[in-house]
Amino acid sequence: MATVVDDVADAAAGHAAPAGGMPQLDVTNWPNQIFWLLVALVAIYLVLTRVALPRIGAVLAERRGTITNDLLAAEELKQKALDAEKAYNAALAKAREDAAKIVAEAKASIQADLDVATAKADAEIAARSAESERRIAEIRDNALASVTEVAKDTTGALVSALGGQADQAAVEAAVAERMKG
Amino acid sequence: MATEAAGGSGFAIHPMDQFIVRPLFGDGPIQWYTVTNVTLWLALAVVCVVLVMVFGTSRRAIIPSRSQSVAEMIYGFVHNMVEEVTGHEGVKYFPYVMTVFLFILFANLLGLIPMSFTTTSSLAVTITLALLVFFGITILGLVRKGPAFLAMFWVTSAPLALRPILAVIEVISYFVRPVSHSIRLAGNLMAGHAVIKVFAGFASMAILSPIAVGAVTAIYGLELLVAVVQAYVFTILTCVYLKDAVGDAHH
Repeated sequence: MATVVDDVADAAAGHAAPAGGMPQLDVTNWPNQIFWLLVALVAIYLVLTRVALPRIGAVLAERRGTITNDLLAAEELKQKALDAEKAYNAALAKAREDAAKIVAEAKASIQADLDVATAKADAEIAARSAESERRIAEIRDNALASVTEVAKDTTGALVSALGGQADQAAVEAAVAERMKG
Repeated sequence: MATEAAGGSGFAIHPMDQFIVRPLFGDGPIQWYTVTNVTLWLALAVVCVVLVMVFGTSRRAIIPSRSQSVAEMIYGFVHNMVEEVTGHEGVKYFPYVMTVFLFILFANLLGLIPMSFTTTSSLAVTITLALLVFFGITILGLVRKGPAFLAMFWVTSAPLALRPILAVIEVISYFVRPVSHSIRLAGNLMAGHAVIKVFAGFASMAILSPIAVGAVTAIYGLELLVAVVQAYVFTILTCVYLKDAVGDAHH
């Protein structure tokens, strides 16, 4: 093994590189390395430009397209959801408005009924109190007339009892005079 | 292998033997077409790229599997890097940047397999990669912008007196780019692998072996990081240089 290595090393170093020097500086095998490097680079370049790079580029573009489409779809669905919400809100507002209108109508009709009933009750009350007042006044007049009658009779009787001649007219005048006071 | 060979003669560690280029079949001289260990590991890197990028994505699923996610993540990572650094114009050159990134990444990672040959630790490989970027970008810039490409060296935001000096500095830094670009990658990998080999050599001494094995483990973890980071660094520098050729040249 050792001799083989030494032989090979000697063979390789035989042209230029001094023992212990850098094998890289042995320019005799540079054409070989450069040739095979160029072959390798051309091979990689061809593989990349013919197959790998277009394929990866296409995959990346496709993925970007898919993501963009999905985002657009999501945006559209979001817009739809917003529209639906708007419609719902509009319906809700309309329903509220209708309800308010119905409530107002009901209130108005109740108020009208109430007004009619109140007016009717007021009229009845007024009629009844007028009737009562009339009867009270009648009773008072009757009472007054009775009192006057009683007073005249009593005055006439007193005057006769005291021995006087009761003048009907004078007695009535005197009683009327007293009643006023 | 080196430590095995050195077994008889005490502490002869050969950390650099792992970088020797050998023919795979026979041991004649290395011609430009000879199939060597470099060829083998370059081919394995290509196979890995094909496995990850082609077979991993073969199902083309909208919801990716794990292997497809890996391929997509690498794709997205490099694509974003090209687009952010070079601007919209640079995306045209994304396949080349992707090739460079994947090649360096898998070559680095394969190099971490014990007994493997790290192709990206070879200066011939990294200098070729850097020169491809350098000449590619220079020619691209001259074709796209014409003489306006050279305006990059004429810093109009500086005072007029300083501009010639800055132009010289800019030109020098422009031509130094491929040097730093290539040596950074090869140097990082070579140093790390050589250090691992040295510590592995120490492991042949019974007293030191626990420390040596622990150190190899720790450095291996570090090398894993270096392998990925250097692939990233090489690629992003390629993008930065590419920006000069295709973007608006303002410094």
